[in-house]
Amino acid sequence: MTEQTNPPTDAQPGHPMVKAEGVRKSFGLVEVLQGIDLEVKQGEVFCLIGPSGSGKSTFLRCINHLEKVNAGRLWVDGELVGYRQKGDKLYELKDREVAMKRRDIGMVFQRFNLFPHMTAMENVIEAPVQVGGESKGEARERAMALLERVGLADKAKNYPSQLSGGQQQRVAIARALAMKPKLMLFDEPTSALDPELVGDVLDVMRGLAEDGMTMIVVTHEMGFAREVGDALVFMDGGVVVEAGHPREVLGNPQHERTKAFLSKVL
Amino acid sequence: MNSLHKGPATPGQHEVIKAVPVRHPGRWVGAAVILVLAAMLVHAILTVPAFKWDLVGQYLFDDRILHGLLVTLELTALSMLMGVAGGILLAVMRLSPNPLLSGTAWVYIWVFRGTPVLVQLVFWNFLGVLWARLSIGIPFGPEFWSQETNILIPTFVAALLGLGLNEAAYMAEIVRGGIQSVDEGQHEASQALGMNRFDTMRRIILPQAMRVIIPPTGNETISMLKTTSLVSVIALEELFRAGQNIYSRNFQSIPLLIVVSLWYLFLTSILTIGQYYIERHYARGSNRALPPTPVQRVRGLFRGIRSKSAPRSADAAVHGGGEGGGTA
Repeated sequence: MTEQTNPPTDAQPGHPMVKAEGVRKSFGLVEVLQGIDLEVKQGEVFCLIGPSGSGKSTFLRCINHLEKVNAGRLWVDGELVGYRQKGDKLYELKDREVAMKRRDIGMVFQRFNLFPHMTAMENVIEAPVQVGGESKGEARERAMALLERVGLADKAKNYPSQLSGGQQQRVAIARALAMKPKLMLFDEPTSALDPELVGDVLDVMRGLAEDGMTMIVVTHEMGFAREVGDALVFMDGGVVVEAGHPREVLGNPQHERTKAFLSKVL
Repeated sequence: MNSLHKGPATPGQHEVIKAVPVRHPGRWVGAAVILVLAAMLVHAILTVPAFKWDLVGQYLFDDRILHGLLVTLELTALSMLMGVAGGILLAVMRLSPNPLLSGTAWVYIWVFRGTPVLVQLVFWNFLGVLWARLSIGIPFGPEFWSQETNILIPTFVAALLGLGLNEAAYMAEIVRGGIQSVDEGQHEASQALGMNRFDTMRRIILPQAMRVIIPPTGNETISMLKTTSLVSVIALEELFRAGQNIYSRNFQSIPLLIVVSLWYLFLTSILTIGQYYIERHYARGSNRALPPTPVQRVRGLFRGIRSKSAPRSADAAVHGGGEGGGTA
């Protein structure tokens, strides 16, 4: 892991929100990420597209250390993910320290993963109260505002099983926002939704982007990527095949694999 | 309400369906057969003089029996409490990434699940024979405090240790199954929110695991209620031993065993009802609407006979409001 000849320093001056250098990840013998280099600037909406199995979700999960990186370096807001560097040695972070860093990174999952035994309101206040040490009253007030923002103020007392997929996903977004993250990760947020419910979720995400939230979005919604995205990366086989502005990459792909993929999804 | 028809294919209001329900003649025949068999059995039991029903009635509320009943209840409650608490602790240890914790839990479960509870009971009872005094002090060094084992562990405590520690091993496996039945996404969502392992377990995983843990735990409790009769071998006067003590003097073993069995049956019935309501409580959030309780069902049946139920209005219609654009 420390084989790099020129180990970068821990804190990067004038740093991007996320920076990856030669990130590799394998599950057993399968190398899912084969050296990813990319940079996500602050306030940017960064879209990751590619066929399934291309490693885009895995990369997203590496950013908040749900997956351990095998090689390379990954920084979030100038800090190394999962490790502390002293000299040219890396020290694994304790669970507590990893959890601390995750507070600043919101994540939205394909399968929503709401807590089914809690109401929408309880889902949203759970982390602020348990992790952030906020008082229940204060957390509830903020949660109500967040639920209003995602258009679900009237569903605060409903359990997830009483909500549609689109509503669940919007509650999940509110839950992630409740920790006031500086970065939001979206892992195919609309892939499990009925087509007519996709729009509401994308509207919420569009609103977030307008407010200047840094967002990394793994998606198959090319329309969203073109309209809202500031940068786009096409991944295939664990490598970045093509990167650039969404309109350029989607409108005028340079690489054969990108062309082949886009011809199927557009 | 209004008879305005728009378009050709719009029919008027449909009347509520009043169809003849499917008949089940087989059920009526079966019920008749079972009724006759039951009548024969009851008749046989009541007419055999050896049952001595008058004695059953006489001893049912005997003070010694009632005292034994109390001990049985205490023993069941306390040992299940020990079992559940210990079981949760052991299950969480067993699933911990810390090899020291998971190894310890594994060995505990291996020993306590692998030996008969009867042997464990006798062992705890005879602990005083093995070690006459128990003490607290520096290992292999001086003692600060010591006490005679038989005073420290009277028969009731020995029974409690025997039953509770054994139960913990079984409960550990039940709890582990429950924890592992919770979707992996729940762990990920809690981790992504920055929750630590302990809070994730306490707030997210265990409450969801409860739905899977509760039914077998009810089963274990019912089983425990009857297993407490084993402590009669270490001469603790619980329900079964109380009955034994009486019939060892008056030789009326059958009536007294019936007395004891009636009490066990009564208590397990109460536990069964309790279990139903606890399961219902933990189904919250996973079912859209809770099923009616038996009381509600009976009430509904009477209401249903008087008038056919009106169609329920579909609530929670999908709210598709796209007012999601943020204004911060």
